[in-house]
Amino acid sequence: MAKKTYIKAITEGIDIALAEDPKTLVFGEDVGKNGGVFRATNGLQKKYGADRVFSTPLAESGILGMSIGLAVTGWRPVPEIQFSGFIFEALDSIVAQMSRIRFQYNGTKNAPITIRTPYGGGTHTAELHGDDFENFFVGVPGLRVVTPSSAYDAKGLIISAIENNDPVVFLENLRLYRSVKGEVPDDKYTVPLDKANVVQEGKDVTIIAYGGEVSEAQKAVKKLAKDNISAEIIDLRSLYPLDTDTIFASIKKTHHVVIVQEAQKQAGVGAQVASAISEGAIMYLDAPVSRVAAPNSVYPFPQAENVWLPTANDIEEAARDTVNY
Amino acid sequence: MAEAKAVDFAKIKAEEGAAFAKPVQILDNDGKVVNKDLMANFTDDQLVDLMKKMVWERALHEQTMSFSQQGRLGFYAPTWGEEASEMGTVSAFKKQDFMFPAYRDLPQLIQHGATVAQMYLWSKGHVKGNLFDARALRPQIIIGAQMVEMAGAALGIKKNKERDTVAFAYTGEGGSSQGDTYEGMNFAGAFQSPAVFIIQNNGWAISYPRKKQTHAETIAQKGVAAGIPAVQVDGMDVLACYEVAKEAREFAAAGNGPVLIETLTYRFGAHSSAGDDPSRYRTKEEEKPWFDKDPLIRLRKYLTDKGLWSEDEEKKYADECKDDFKKAMKEADAVEPEKVTDMLKRTFEVPTPDIKEQIKKYEAKESK
Repeated sequence: MAKKTYIKAITEGIDIALAEDPKTLVFGEDVGKNGGVFRATNGLQKKYGADRVFSTPLAESGILGMSIGLAVTGWRPVPEIQFSGFIFEALDSIVAQMSRIRFQYNGTKNAPITIRTPYGGGTHTAELHGDDFENFFVGVPGLRVVTPSSAYDAKGLIISAIENNDPVVFLENLRLYRSVKGEVPDDKYTVPLDKANVVQEGKDVTIIAYGGEVSEAQKAVKKLAKDNISAEIIDLRSLYPLDTDTIFASIKKTHHVVIVQEAQKQAGVGAQVASAISEGAIMYLDAPVSRVAAPNSVYPFPQAENVWLPTANDIEEAARDTVNY
Repeated sequence: MAEAKAVDFAKIKAEEGAAFAKPVQILDNDGKVVNKDLMANFTDDQLVDLMKKMVWERALHEQTMSFSQQGRLGFYAPTWGEEASEMGTVSAFKKQDFMFPAYRDLPQLIQHGATVAQMYLWSKGHVKGNLFDARALRPQIIIGAQMVEMAGAALGIKKNKERDTVAFAYTGEGGSSQGDTYEGMNFAGAFQSPAVFIIQNNGWAISYPRKKQTHAETIAQKGVAAGIPAVQVDGMDVLACYEVAKEAREFAAAGNGPVLIETLTYRFGAHSSAGDDPSRYRTKEEEKPWFDKDPLIRLRKYLTDKGLWSEDEEKKYADECKDDFKKAMKEADAVEPEKVTDMLKRTFEVPTPDIKEQIKKYEAKESK
């Protein structure tokens, strides 16, 4: 088994999906010959032909609207939105159209569409190239929202997402594309779409994170261990639906919880996790739910990014406060 | 001496719409044939069939408005005045073609395979209104969304190598202002997909008039920007609408790429049955010439002169249609209301854990 980058794992997953189902189509801005601006689809057009892997005109609503028409004529679209900040151009196609198709046709039609898009900050890109908008999609019935934090999960989750018959928003953390490497089998395997992952077991505090914050949590846990604080890390992987069973089982053990998200604190995934805990596991807590998140400003210009983004130090501090409450 | 001009923008502006300014017409307002060659394409049976379809649509409108006034329906967008545009165009398509209607296009959807009872269920907001036996999506509410979706279906049809098949979509001139309409045309043009875009220019987007909708002289010329051929047709002339749609379909189905059709029609009544009052925003003087162009009048005159039709026959047929619509309403009324439990079950192929819990809760609530 070779060590591969997060982005290479995604490419391999798409490659397997294209090889297994001739109805799978990969398209979006620059994804064809260029292999995508991040090279996530590198080499796929050469391998599967321009009929199945192709670049489109520059229009996000056109790309995702077209996905719906392709889906209802029997295809399995895997469109790419070049940066998640551009996705609002296509919000109608996602929120008002594809998420409702199964509902509207009583399950007689479906929309097996996997929308891939990079998200997340810390790469000093231009405005609207590194934002965190997962909050919007977790509030939409009919959509699954997934984000891997490791190379292994990236491959297994993208295959599951493409094979799923419901629309999936597949969020790829920009910072992790080339910074994360891991053991990734060459062959096909899947990671389930609605299961959280216990990244590291511990007994004193549960740190719940996802995407780019999982690696920050891992750094924090190492520091905590020096003071004999044993932290458990849960990577949500699935932002909708939430795997509350895994979350509650951990809290029953540790009695303390820190929820970490890179996105702004207002509303969002962390708030939903906190709410689920208050409904289902509050009696097991020895301290209030603690949250680490970005402040409620618009995503900052690159120069302020490193202060704005939640770091391992923020997580460590929150974990200590919670344990010592 | 006048300064030389690099470019005469005023001239360009004045001439932009010229290529589209002569709408295709076969019968004029008085039922006189203005294009003998095209008229020769029709058999007597076809002419009577198109007349019957328009009478059917007008009867559908009248009976449905009556149901609406009785409070027996939900959302309904009247089609009075648009019979030629709607029946003429839809009659040119085949069963295998994929239709993307908007909310005012229930009559075409019925002609394409849905039943009247199903459309009443759609109006009432019941899922069974969407489960029709026609290659079509449900009537679209977001006017423009169907244009990008249809472009995708047209590409899907092309990739499936389906022969003699196109995708076609309807919107109004208001929908032509939506970015998605351009994106749909541009994508279909770029991929040379078998798509037919039909924009029914009925003069008004609720209270906003066509002249203010766009400064373009015609809606048809918007096809130029997408590189697709376009045409204006007299939308009150069912024969012209049929012939143009037939040509468009054949052109697209033969692999020549998409076509845009602008039908010049008029909404005689309100935007919807939900309280819109056209007298707030338009005058009788504006309406009068359009009523004179009533699509039923001209074909009725032509057919009556030929001895192929009579007012008595028309009334009898309209009454028969209305009886059918009353039966359809009874059928729709007899359908049990939906359960929230069922809605939860169909949100995902396999319900998520949170939805499974909610299903249990609503099963208990709805079994009481």
